[in-house]
Parts: sequence; structure tokens; C-alpha cells
Amino acid sequence: MEKSPNQITEDLLRPLLRTSPKYYFAVALLAAVVVVAFAAFGYQAYSGLGVSGLRRPVFWGFYITNFVFWIGISHAGTLISAILRLANATWRRPVTRCAEVITVFALSIGAMFPVIHLGRPWLAFWLIPYPSERQIWPNFRSPLVWDFFAINTYLIGSVAFLTLPILPDWALVRDKASGWRKRVYGFLSLGWRGTPRQWSRLESAMHIMAIVIIPVAVSVHTIVSWDFAMAPVPMWHSTIFGPYFVAGAIFSGIAALILAMACLRKFLHLEDYLKPLHFDNLGKLLLMMSLLWFYFVFAERLTTWYGNEPSEMAVFWTTQQGAYAPLFWTMVFCNFLLPFPILAIKRLRTITGTVIASTAVVAGMWLERFLIIVPSLSHKFLPYNWGTYRPTWVEITIMVGTFAGMALLYALFAKAVPIISIWELKLGLHEKSEVRSQETEGRGKLAFGGQEKLET
Amino acid sequence: MQAVYGLYSDPSRAQRAFDSLRAAGVEEHGIAVVSSVPWEEYEFARRDRRTPMAWLAALGGLLGGVSGYLLAGLTQKAYPIPTGGMAINVPWTNGIITYELTMLGAILVTLITLLISAHIPDWTPRVYDPAVADGCILVGVVNPRHDSRVEIERSLREAGADSIKEANVTNRWRI
Repeated sequence: MEKSPNQITEDLLRPLLRTSPKYYFAVALLAAVVVVAFAAFGYQAYSGLGVSGLRRPVFWGFYITNFVFWIGISHAGTLISAILRLANATWRRPVTRCAEVITVFALSIGAMFPVIHLGRPWLAFWLIPYPSERQIWPNFRSPLVWDFFAINTYLIGSVAFLTLPILPDWALVRDKASGWRKRVYGFLSLGWRGTPRQWSRLESAMHIMAIVIIPVAVSVHTIVSWDFAMAPVPMWHSTIFGPYFVAGAIFSGIAALILAMACLRKFLHLEDYLKPLHFDNLGKLLLMMSLLWFYFVFAERLTTWYGNEPSEMAVFWTTQQGAYAPLFWTMVFCNFLLPFPILAIKRLRTITGTVIASTAVVAGMWLERFLIIVPSLSHKFLPYNWGTYRPTWVEITIMVGTFAGMALLYALFAKAVPIISIWELKLGLHEKSEVRSQETEGRGKLAFGGQEKLET
Repeated sequence: MQAVYGLYSDPSRAQRAFDSLRAAGVEEHGIAVVSSVPWEEYEFARRDRRTPMAWLAALGGLLGGVSGYLLAGLTQKAYPIPTGGMAINVPWTNGIITYELTMLGAILVTLITLLISAHIPDWTPRVYDPAVADGCILVGVVNPRHDSRVEIERSLREAGADSIKEANVTNRWRI
């Protein structure tokens, strides 16, 4: 049964106004994991990078894997939301905010990793171009500086894209809440009232932002791929890396979005809003991206094999048959062999089915990032310089901490902001009833026309 | 500042109220409309739609692009790093910085234009009613002429207002 506007308000404001003990327990647990991760980072900062598993020749390990992984996950939100907004897909309404939040948090977490990876993180500000007595200026020809600009542009754009449509909902909370909440949301809503001018400007701004943010999102992961492709390292120096990374990012992003939506649906009881239809539609997108991912992997591997260049073949065989083969074939299983049948068969593309496929894809895409980085660095051009990489407890703890951090930030956000855009849902409800009344009117006219015909 | 307004649960009645207020001689920009949803298909919500925001965003992009080019191009010359004889100022790589700052310029100018043109943030007292949060549409007149007050109330009532209220706006929404 369709919900009334007041029921929508009540349902979606419930998580903000009422808190269960389970929520506090979950937040405390996640916060504890994050604290442990910070402690591990503190230990590394105090002791030096030697406590990590980074050794010659593998200087990029878990940290850069996680950097690429989280930047990829961030493509779930703003990019997908912007595309659906521009395409005016009506089913997007309950999904967009859940997605946009992922972008902001995943991007922030991803951007932390280069700093974690620095031997002396307190000197991270050296990346910022400013005139100093050192006369050292960032090298604009370095892909790491491109990262700085691309990630910050995407982050600023994504924060704006997320925050602007929240203003009307914060105004709604202001009107519905009492006490300190009324004061806080009154401040946060920036005095939003909902005049025609405000609505019209908000719509225009969102439209422009949606147009601008899509190429920015594409550029971000392309530039992350160029961190690798600009280096003459076997299997990195490839023109396919830009689109390959972007496709992989969208792939992992959609999977993360499905998982987030499934959690929200279960824990916040949003069954009436995040419906099987949404999982079905996102499942179809995930299927398409799975096929595209497989195409890119096949194209990359085929070209390498056909070229038969010795240094590249060393990396190729170590992932196909050597030490990294178990990880490689697990990745293929997780990213293609498992999700493909689940998502292709309509009967299996249920909420449970899409969640299973998405879990596999998130794990598979993390492995993909790892397999891009480590086998190439451990098998560079000169065989006497080959080596291996084994992460230490510090790296594993920090990695687990970022997953807990993501969940924690998401949980806190869902407590402070309606996780589904209330005003957009109400607008959708109105549009639906308009269409229905027009259809009824049309049928009436048709019947009347038929009557006229009979009479003549 | 005084305000007289009606609350309407149905947008077509709000439109009727808007039309009757105009017919009663209230100037369009003097009619206050507040809603919790953008009723785009109704005339009362289509006021103030014209905005140069897109053009300003393009201009912001242009400014961002120029500053990106200057940052990457001029400062590299000012602080030359040893490149082993290779060119310091490379259009390919400078293009990336230029591109990102073009986009950033467009985003920031859009944001600033929105905030300025939609009067956000604005915590000064304005006509508002919390019933708007329940889906009602507020249509009213702020500071009506004393002799037209009866006529305005009649117009609002005849349009089918759920309730008609008077408010001293200075007491509303002070944070």
C-alpha cells in the first residue's frame, strides 16, 4: 500500500528522533575498532614505516591498495546519483542519498591512505603548493599532484551535491523536533523555508552540479589509474588503465551501494522505501558492470599474452599460475563467475541474491586492486630484483579500521540526516498521483469519445 | 511586520488563492508562497525561475581554468625543478590541473550563486508556518495595506484555505 506524505515523514524521521540501545552498542563497537586502527597508525608513525610489510622492491602494498579501493567505492554515489538524476529515473529517489553519502565518506577515507603511506605523515602539507624558504614546489608533472587536485575537486563537489538537497529535509526536522534538536536543525537548515525562488535555485544548482560532477568523477579514477600507467612498470604502462579503473570503480561502487541499502533496509526498517525493485534495478547495473569488467580483464590479459614481452609475461604468469594465482582466480570467481548467474537469472536477482553478489564483488574488487599493484612491483624488469610482500598486523589493523570507520560514519550520518530524501519522495508521490489522475481523465475522455461515436 | 496567510493542503487551491490575490490587486512579488515540495507544474511555484546560474557556472569554470593554467604554468617557471633537460612547462600535464580547476570553478560558482540568489543562509524572521512541514502550502501577503486586508482574507478563504492566520513575522524563526 502506498504511504501518505505524513507517514513518509514519520517513518523517515523515526531513526533521527528515537535511538535504540542496539544502535549505541553498534556505534561503540565500531568506534572501538577505529580507535585500535588509530593506535596502530600512531605506532607506525612513532616507529617508522619499517613496522609495515613494505620492503624493497614492493613499496606500494595494502595502503595504496586501499587507497585505490576506497576511491573506487566512492564512485557509487555522486556519479550514479548524477546520472540517474539527469536521466530523470523516478526509481532513483530512495537511492540517491544513500549513494551520495558513500561517495563523501569513501573519498575521505581513501584520501587518508596516501598520508598513512607517508613515512613522515606530519609533512603531508608539503604537497600543497605554497611559497616557502625551501623553494620546493610540487611537481605538476607528478600524478600524485594530479590526485591531490582531482580528489579535492570531487570531494568538494560531492559534499555540495549531498548537502544541498538535505537543506529542505533539515528544515522539516526543525519543524518536527523540539528542544536542542530544533535549535541544531534550525541552524543546519540555514533558514530554509521553501519559497518558489529557493526551490527553483536548488533545482538549477543540482542540475548544473549533476552535469559537472560526472566528468569530474570519471577524471578522478582515471587519474588514480595514471598513478600506475605513467610508470614504466610491467603491466602498468597501459592505455587501457583509465577506462579499466573507471569501470572497476563503478562496479565496486554499485556493489557497495547495494550492501549499504540492504543494511539500511534491515536495521532502519525501511522495507517500504528500499523495495525489491531498487535492488533489481541496481542488480541489472551490477550485471552490466560485471560483464564490462570481464571484458577489460580479458582485453588486458590477451594483449599482454599476445605481446609476449618477457617482463610483462613474468607478471602475467605469476598471477595466472604462480604465487598470486589463488588470489587471481578468487577475484575472477568473485567478480564474474559468481555474480553473473545470480544477476542474470531474474529469479535469483532478489535482495538476498544481489547482496551475495555484491559481497563477492566488493571482495573481488579489493583483490583486483591488490593484484594490480603487488605482482607488478614484485616482478619488475630485473629478476635479481624480484621480491615478495607480506602485510603486517599494522597494515591489516588499519585496513580493518577503515571498514569499521566507514560503517561508523554511515551509522552516525543516518542518525543525523534522513537517509532517504523526504521531499523528493513526496514529490514522487505527487507525480505518481498526477499521472494516475491524468490516466483516469484520459480513460474518461476516451469513454466519452466512444459514446459520442455511438450516438452519431 | 504583519502577514496574512492561508494554508492549503491542495496545490490547486493554493493556485486559486494565488490567482485571486492577483485579481484583488496584490502585486505578484508581494505574494508569499512557501511549500515543502517544489510544485513545479503550478504557476505560483514558477515565479523567479529565470536565473543566470548556468552562465555564471560557465564563467566560474573559465576563471577556474585560467587560474589552473596560471598555477601550473607560471609557478613552475618561478620555481623550476631539475628535470634533466626536459621541458618544465608541459601542456599535457598542465591540462589536467587546468581541467580539474575548471570543474572546481564551475562547482564553487554554482554553489555561491545558489546561496546568494536563494538567500541562504537567512535566519531573519520571515513569513512561515510549521504546518508547511505537514504538506500545507502557505499563500499570503506580507505587510498588506490596511484597507485591502478584508479583501485579501476573503480571497484566501474563497480559494478554499484550510485555515487563515495572521502573524507577527518578527516573532517567527528567530534562532
